[in-house]
Order: sequence, then structure tokens, then C-alpha cells
Amino acid sequence: MNAPVSMGARPRNLLDFQDWTPERLTAILDNADTMLQVLDRPVKKVPALQGLTVCNAFFENSTRTRTSFELAARRMSADVLTFAAGASSVNKGESLRDTLEVLTSYKVDAYIVRHHASGAAHLVAKYSGKPVINAGDGRRAHPTQALLDAYTVRQEFGSLEGKTVAILGDVRHSRVARSNAELLPKLGANVVLCGPATLLPAGLASLPGVTLTTDPREAVRGAHAVMALRLQRERMTGGFLGSLQEYADTYQVNERLMQEAESGAIVLHPGPMNRDLEISGEAADGPRSRILKQVENGQAIRMSVLYHLLVGRE
Amino acid sequence: MTPKAIILTPDEVRRALTRIAHEIIERNKGAEQLALIGVHTRGIPLAARLAQKLSELEGVAVPTGMLDITLYRDDLSEVAQQPIIRETQVPFDLRDRRVVLVDDVLYTGRTVRAALDALIDLGRPAGIQLAVLVDRGHRELPIRADYVGKNLPTAAGEVVKVKVQETDGVDSVELWDLEALR
Repeated sequence: MNAPVSMGARPRNLLDFQDWTPERLTAILDNADTMLQVLDRPVKKVPALQGLTVCNAFFENSTRTRTSFELAARRMSADVLTFAAGASSVNKGESLRDTLEVLTSYKVDAYIVRHHASGAAHLVAKYSGKPVINAGDGRRAHPTQALLDAYTVRQEFGSLEGKTVAILGDVRHSRVARSNAELLPKLGANVVLCGPATLLPAGLASLPGVTLTTDPREAVRGAHAVMALRLQRERMTGGFLGSLQEYADTYQVNERLMQEAESGAIVLHPGPMNRDLEISGEAADGPRSRILKQVENGQAIRMSVLYHLLVGRE
Repeated sequence: MTPKAIILTPDEVRRALTRIAHEIIERNKGAEQLALIGVHTRGIPLAARLAQKLSELEGVAVPTGMLDITLYRDDLSEVAQQPIIRETQVPFDLRDRRVVLVDDVLYTGRTVRAALDALIDLGRPAGIQLAVLVDRGHRELPIRADYVGKNLPTAAGEVVKVKVQETDGVDSVELWDLEALR
């Protein structure tokens, strides 16, 4: 039997990274190595979560995150209840709390929550009393995406210590950028956030290990990984940009910009991509791209997170 | 603190492994198509040593692998902290191979049950045999070993500690009182 490992108090939820020690976060990345091995086997399934029911509660549209979580839970032998708000009584006016009470009466053991409102995952944790994984809430956090980003960088360079990750684009509206800015420095990496001044909240500069710049060449210089964020055009009604073309001309992650990065630097994107807007087709499909690797790693990371939250007792 | 008894000395561990290697050869009429898979943690060096002995005796290189059973345990709901999941590495095709699963101590049988599940998920071997350095009894499942270094009747309040050169710097099997270790 393997020895239990002491890594600080065990968080009940993954809402953001506040309660998570670097040791526990590293354990999630380490165990994702094993989960990747499971995905390569003839039988891509282990019985670790047998008998548990996980509810995929998606109050906001998502294909890849929902699919990734659903597969991750199934690979661990959990039963999965998928709840899509678009086809539910939420449309008839039912509140989040009432919806949760109904779901909880189905004997759900854990929730995976995606919601357009920041803080919704906290609310679910409070009312459900069950472990909750935040699968993206408003502009606030998307912790499993940040974990898979960190994992992809670590996979490439062996360690995150001293590595620099440049994140370019619509930082203001990006929960991915926020979660990465919170996570990566905890694991020893530096983060450079870059975008037009209108899309770069100055408050993020106070986070340890995080710097801000509006100059993409400066951001990318010396970076080991360059992440393009999706330009959230649906949120661009506030006059944040002069024009999309102007944005693409300046902030697009392309081969020319990547010349400024470290020679072995990789390209990341949390998806879905606006090709030839925030990222060129050449960069998205080129040899530096690890975008599909991120998707594969996402499933392993989510298996590892489910394992950490649902296996064992207090 | 000292153990209640030394069950196997370094020489006795070596002899036990040599005997098991001979028994494996005899039962399988050689070492062709065999594979040895060690269960984390101390099953792995024991499997490597058995493979070395088989190679010396038969002139055949026997492939070895390592198996972690953490995700297959049936007591995961009872562990207080998550155990680290270690690497499973079986870098050969299991089909048509007779696999000898190697562990240090056979006790309740639950680890072996988990190892059988984990192994079968990796492929379909022609057969699975079980080799252990110590069988201490107290089975909770209908599982028995094919090769045993030492049968050791124990009380539930006793602990069998296997040490191996590779991880502990010495080869030995010791019997301890659980109370003394607390």
C-alpha cells in the first residue's frame, strides 16, 4: 500500500486556488501522469470512483469542457448526470438553489459547475454541501483549464520553476488568464499578461509573479509558452477595441511574434479559437502548437482532480 | 526499537528467491514466454531479482514490468489522504505470456485482487501466477500464492516488514508488534 502523503489541509472543492497548497497542486499534476497512461491503455477505465455519481451542471454553453469532464468521470467509473440549463426548468424560472435541491435528491456525490455568473460555483458548494469543481464561472476562475495549461508547460520543459508564460489578448474578460495568473506563480513560474490597455485590468499587477504590459513583443520576449486568449467578441460591446483588424495586427500570436520567444517556446490556446484573429492558422497548426495536447491533457487533469476531491475521507 | 523476530536474513532472502526462481522454471518448463510484474513498492525489485536469476539459470531474458494498484483498491473510500499514484509500466504485449505477479507480503489478498484487475485491464495474458516473499495468512479473499518464500503464521496485531537492498539498504524480513510501532 502506498504511503499517504501530507500536503496540508485537504480542500473540499476546487473553486479557485486560494485553499490549495503548491504540494497539493503538484500532486494533481503528478497523478495526471498516471491518468494519461490510463488513457493509452486498451481499457481506458479504472474503478476508483465506482458507485459515485457526478453531476455535470452546465448553466452556460460549453462543448469541450463538458465533454472532457464527462469522459474524465466515466474513465474513473463514476456515473454521470448531465444537466444542461438550456433544456431545463431553469428556463421556466426555477432558481439555482431549487435546481440544486432537485439534483441533490438524485443522490449526486459531486458537482461540476459552469455558470456565466462569477461566484456561482461557490453558491453551489454552499447549498449542495457536496464537493464542487468550478468548470468556469463568469470572468472569475477556470481552475482545471489553468491546471492543464500548467501541466502542458511542465510536460514540455520538465518543470515550471523559472519558466515564463505570456498570456495575450482579452485578459479583462478571461477567467482562464485569471486562474493561470493565480496558479502558475504558486508553482514557480512567471506570468506576463498582455493586451490592449482597455482589456488589461491594472489590479492583476498586484498578484505575485505577475507582470502586465501592453507591448506584445515585450511580453513574449524570453517566454517559454505563449498563450493566445479567445477574443470574446460577444463581450466587446463596450468600445474596448478600435477594430478587430487593428487588434489582430498588434496582438495576434503568429510566427513573426514567436520569433521573440525562447527558441523552444510553445503555443497554447484554451479554445475555441478565432483563427486569424487572436492566433494565426500557421501558429495554431505549426510545430510549436500544443493546442491539441492541451485537450488531451485536460482529460487527464480532470481525472486527477476528481480523484483528489472524491477519493478518501477527511 | 527492535523487531520481535528476524524472520529472514539477507542470505535467507537470497536463497528463498533462488528457490522461487527454480520453482517458476519447473512449473513453466523453462522461462520462455514468461514475464514478471512487480507490485509497487517492494514487489518491483523482487521481480527484477527473480528475472535476473531466471536469466542466469535459463539464458533467457525475461521482461519485467511494474504495477501500481492504487486506482483499483477497494478501500479508497477509507483512506484519509490520497495515496500517490505511482507508475504502471508494462512495456511488452501481455498476450500469450504467462505473467508472474510478484509482491513482498501476501496478507488479506485485497492487493492481489486489485493487481489482477489492473493487470487484466492492460491485456489478456495466457495465465497469471503469484509469487510472494512472505505469506502471513489472514486471507479475506479466496487467493493463494503459487510461489512462497516463507510461510509465516502471524497474529493480526503483528506487522511483517520486508526490507530490500534497493530501497532499504538491506535485505531482511522482520516481525514487529503493531503496538511497538505506534
